[in-house]
Amino acid sequence: MTYLHNIGAYFIMIKDMFRKPTKWSVMRILIFKDIDDLIIGSLGIVAFISFFVGGVVTIQTALNITSPLIPKYLVGFATRQSIILEFAPTFISIVMAGKVGSFITSSIGTMRVTEQIDALEVMGINAINYLVFPKFIALMLYPFVISIAMFLGIMGGMAACIYGGFSTLDDYIIGIQMDFIPFHITYAFIKTFVFAFVLATIPSFHGYFMKGGALEVGKASTTSFVWTSVTIILLNYILTQLLLS
Amino acid sequence: MIDVKNIHKSFGDAHILKGISTTFEKGKTSLVIGQSGSGKTVFLKCLLGLFHPEEGSISYDGKIYSELNSDQKRNLRSEMGMVFQGSALFDSMTIMENVMFPLRMFTKQSKSEMEDRADFVLKRVKLEDAHNKMPSEASGGMQKRVAIARAIVNKPKYLFCDEPNSGLDPKTAIVIDDLIHEITDEYNITTIINSHDMNSVMQIGEKIVFLKDGLKAWEGSKETIFKTDNEVVTDFVYSSELFKKVRQMYLEERQ
Repeated sequence: MTYLHNIGAYFIMIKDMFRKPTKWSVMRILIFKDIDDLIIGSLGIVAFISFFVGGVVTIQTALNITSPLIPKYLVGFATRQSIILEFAPTFISIVMAGKVGSFITSSIGTMRVTEQIDALEVMGINAINYLVFPKFIALMLYPFVISIAMFLGIMGGMAACIYGGFSTLDDYIIGIQMDFIPFHITYAFIKTFVFAFVLATIPSFHGYFMKGGALEVGKASTTSFVWTSVTIILLNYILTQLLLS
Repeated sequence: MIDVKNIHKSFGDAHILKGISTTFEKGKTSLVIGQSGSGKTVFLKCLLGLFHPEEGSISYDGKIYSELNSDQKRNLRSEMGMVFQGSALFDSMTIMENVMFPLRMFTKQSKSEMEDRADFVLKRVKLEDAHNKMPSEASGGMQKRVAIARAIVNKPKYLFCDEPNSGLDPKTAIVIDDLIHEITDEYNITTIINSHDMNSVMQIGEKIVFLKDGLKAWEGSKETIFKTDNEVVTDFVYSSELFKKVRQMYLEERQ
C-alpha cells in the first residue's frame, strides 16, 4: 500500500510542478542557478569517468579479440557502440543519480527539516513549482553532458588503443566510423531526456516528502539514489525494447 | 480579526484538536499557550492554512478560509507573515535577499523600491549592518529579527509566530517579545504567538488562549492569568518556583 501511495503522490507532485508558476523574473534566476549546480557542476566528474571508462572498454575489447581473423578495427567499432548505446546515456545517468540526485534530495530535504518549505507555503508560493521545476528545466540540458561523455569516452578509447598498442589510429578511426546508424544517437538522446526527467523528479520527491531530522535527510538521499537507479535501469530496458527491437 | 469556530483536526486515529473556538482581535498580541503536545502547533498550522480542519471554520476579517477558491487563498496567504521557531531563513540567500523575498514574489516594485523597503524594515529590527551576511553567519537572536523583518516587509494583516524566543537567552527573548508587540501596535495587525514561555505571557499577552489536550481550557489576559483558579492553568503557570512565589505573594496580598 505504501508503494502505491508513494507512486500516487509522485504523480500528483509532477502535476503540481506545472501549476501556479513562480514569477518568471524569480524563476529565471533559479533555473540559471540549477544549471550551474546540476549541469556545469557535473562536467568534471562526467569527463573524468567517461575518458577512463572509454579506455577500459577499449582495452577489454582488444584483450578479448584473440583470433587473428577478427580485424583490429573492431576495437573502435565495439567501443563506439558500447559508449553511444549504453555507457554514456545509462552508466553516466547512474553516476548522476548519485551525484546530482543526492544533492537534490539533501538540499530539498534540508529545506523541509528547517521549515523553509513551510515558509514558502505560508507565503502562498507553490513550493513544488518553485523547487522542482527549475531542476527539471536545468536537466533538459542533460543531453549536452551526455554528448560530452560520448565524445570523451571515444577519445579515451582512442588514447588507450594507441598508447596500449592494441591497434593503430587508422584502424580505430575506421572502426568508429564503420556501419554507423544515426538512429542510435536518436535512441541515446531519447533515453537521456527520459533519464533527465527521472533525475529531476525522483530525488525531488524523496526530499520534498521526507519527514524527520538530519539523520532522515541522509536516509532519504540513499533511498532516492536506490529508486532513481532502479527506475533508470527499468526504463532503459523498456526503451531499448521499444526503440531497438 | 480571526474568528475560529469549533475546529477539529485528526491525524489517523489521533484526534488532536477537539473543537476549539476563539477570536483574535486586530491590533492585539494574542498568545496560545499550553504544554508540549497540547495541540498548539497544529492549531497554528490550521490558522496558517497548512492543515485543513475536518470540522469547523476559520474566518479572516469575515472571509471563511474553506470557502475561498485557490486564488483567493493564495491572496489571503500573501497577507500573512510567519516567524518560525527555527527562523526558517533561506540559507542560500543573504539577509537582505531573505527580507526582499516576499516583495520579489508578490509585488511589481522595482529593485530599488524593494531595497528601500527591506532596508527600512531591517532598520526597524535594528539590523542595518547585516544586509550582506548569510543566515549562517547570524546569531540566533539576529536570525529571529531577520525572520520578523521578512514577515512584516510586505505589510501583512496577520502575523503568526511559533515560539519566537525559544533557544534565546532571557534578555534577547524580551527584545524579540517587545519587538513583536511594538510591530503589532504600529501596523495594527492581528498577531498570534505560540509559546510556553511565561515571561512572554507576562510581557505581551494581551489575550491568552490556554490549550490542554486539544481543547481550549481557559481564555483571558496577562492580568487575569495569575488570578484564575482554573486548576489546569495554575498547574502549568506555577510549575516554576519563581511563579509559585509570585502566586504566594499575590495570595498573601489578597488576605
